[in-house]
Amino acid sequence: MRNLLIIADKEIRDGLRNRWIVATTLLLAALALTLTFLGSVPTGTVGASRLAVTVVSLSSLTIFLVPLIALLLAYDAVVGEFDRGTLLLLLSYPVARWQVVIGKFLGHLAILAFATAVGYGAAAGALLVADGHVAGLATFARMIGSSILLGAVFVAIGYLISAIVRDRGLAGGFAIGVWLLFVLIYDMALLGLLVVDKGRTISAGMLDALLLLNPADAFRVLNLTGSGGVSQFAGMAGLSEDAGLSPAVLVSALLLWTVLPLGGAALALGRRQL
Amino acid sequence: MTALVELEKVTKRYGTHAAVDDLTLEFGAGQCIALVGHNGAGKTTLIKLMLGLTHPTSGRVRVLGVDPLSGAGQRARLQIGYLPENVAFPASLTGLEMLRFYGRLKRRPRAECEDLLVQVGLMGAAHKRIGTYSKGMRQRLGLAQALLGAPRLLFLDEPTTGLDPFLRQSFYDIVAGLRGRGVTTVLSSHALSELETRVDKIVVLHEGTQLVAGTLDTLRNLARLPTIFRLRLRNGLAGKVPAIFEGLAAGSVAADGAIELSCTADRKIEVLRRAQGIEGLDDIEILSPSLDQLYASFLQDRRVAP
Repeated sequence: MRNLLIIADKEIRDGLRNRWIVATTLLLAALALTLTFLGSVPTGTVGASRLAVTVVSLSSLTIFLVPLIALLLAYDAVVGEFDRGTLLLLLSYPVARWQVVIGKFLGHLAILAFATAVGYGAAAGALLVADGHVAGLATFARMIGSSILLGAVFVAIGYLISAIVRDRGLAGGFAIGVWLLFVLIYDMALLGLLVVDKGRTISAGMLDALLLLNPADAFRVLNLTGSGGVSQFAGMAGLSEDAGLSPAVLVSALLLWTVLPLGGAALALGRRQL
Repeated sequence: MTALVELEKVTKRYGTHAAVDDLTLEFGAGQCIALVGHNGAGKTTLIKLMLGLTHPTSGRVRVLGVDPLSGAGQRARLQIGYLPENVAFPASLTGLEMLRFYGRLKRRPRAECEDLLVQVGLMGAAHKRIGTYSKGMRQRLGLAQALLGAPRLLFLDEPTTGLDPFLRQSFYDIVAGLRGRGVTTVLSSHALSELETRVDKIVVLHEGTQLVAGTLDTLRNLARLPTIFRLRLRNGLAGKVPAIFEGLAAGSVAADGAIELSCTADRKIEVLRRAQGIEGLDDIEILSPSLDQLYASFLQDRRVAP
């Protein structure tokens, strides 16, 4: 346990020094604030809580940005240290290889969690100051929590790539590929499939399964169908009525999406020839 | 005293290439051992095997009495120091931060890290980023981390590459100090000449096998390389090999007029005795075969067996 914290601590220190933490926090805060105030202009004063609208726009931001940041943080974690020769030295210390993977994961997750919580928190704080009321704060907190969980998923996937691939450039390519697949291609393909199929063969159960197979979709369903107000704004009310996916199922899917790749990464590093 | 490191018929293959081939070795406590061989001779692979960083394809490795790949082997690493070839550190951390990180992994206090930085002469740069360090400074930081936790066993892979002569000297002073404290040091090098007086045992590796092993004297005897005498005689006698060496040593006249005698090690003293009797002798230079020459000769004639 202590080794995990030592390694995580070093990773965070490294993130502070090479400005990763500052850069991602500022990026998320800037985008969140922009979306919050520009995004709520068209709703005027008709809608209920501006926070609910913000949750919708920030969720969409999360789906694009958080996986990208997570993969960029993670793809280099093993293969980069291997290339630079720092991994060899680290593994000559009294640490197990899985401890290196988990320790670094905790460090990177802490960086991402900090950036997300502070960046999005700034938007919530600004709304609170502007509007003076706190309706929907629980939904907002849940959105931040699930954003961090989505980040964990893609950090873990990045680690798996990093532990298997032999070359940094290749690892970077795979990371971008994974991002494109889950964030853009999967949804388009799924949509196309549903349109073509016209509900003949794909049942609601199958659709649920297909949504769970993409962590980005699991995140989307979790946030955009969460409460009645939000799902209306998101245009997901129809889907949320059909989908039999409870938050518990969705969170479990995301957790599984974290644990399995991370376990795979630890296993792959364990077998790697140094 | 039991051996600290034992290798029994160890083979390590990468694909079809055997980096280490059926090697049996034993290093005792308090020894300073040099692994010598050209690039690709298997030195680094051998060190990785002893550190438990890679699996042997076959054979048995025991370090500090345990299998380095086992859980016990992982704990044994508390007593092992390692300086990899081309040691690298994250550029954004400072020297002290880096050493503190490694110190924590070995459960060593901050004071020890600072002491080590003083010992390797880096205390002045302790709070500077490693990115600003020179090659020599990084190498010294590497040595400092290898010395954390007063290890019983030290692996140094090409430790003096990139160090200037002054730093090499201080590096070997540190190693000599460790030997005094009973630390077993295994170092690999191509810089053979600087190892000569500093190691107890030399293991010459070639294509993953042990060509020959022993002290420098043992190696000299095995190689049977001649000892060369250079005699400088006063004017009239220069340019002619004295007859007294006939049948004892092969003589010739060098370009600068000095007389060169070449003889086997066992005739050395007799040659010296006779040379003293020559009138007009100005200077005698004795050149024992260097480790470089020994190495070259072992490679040339691989039939020489230990």
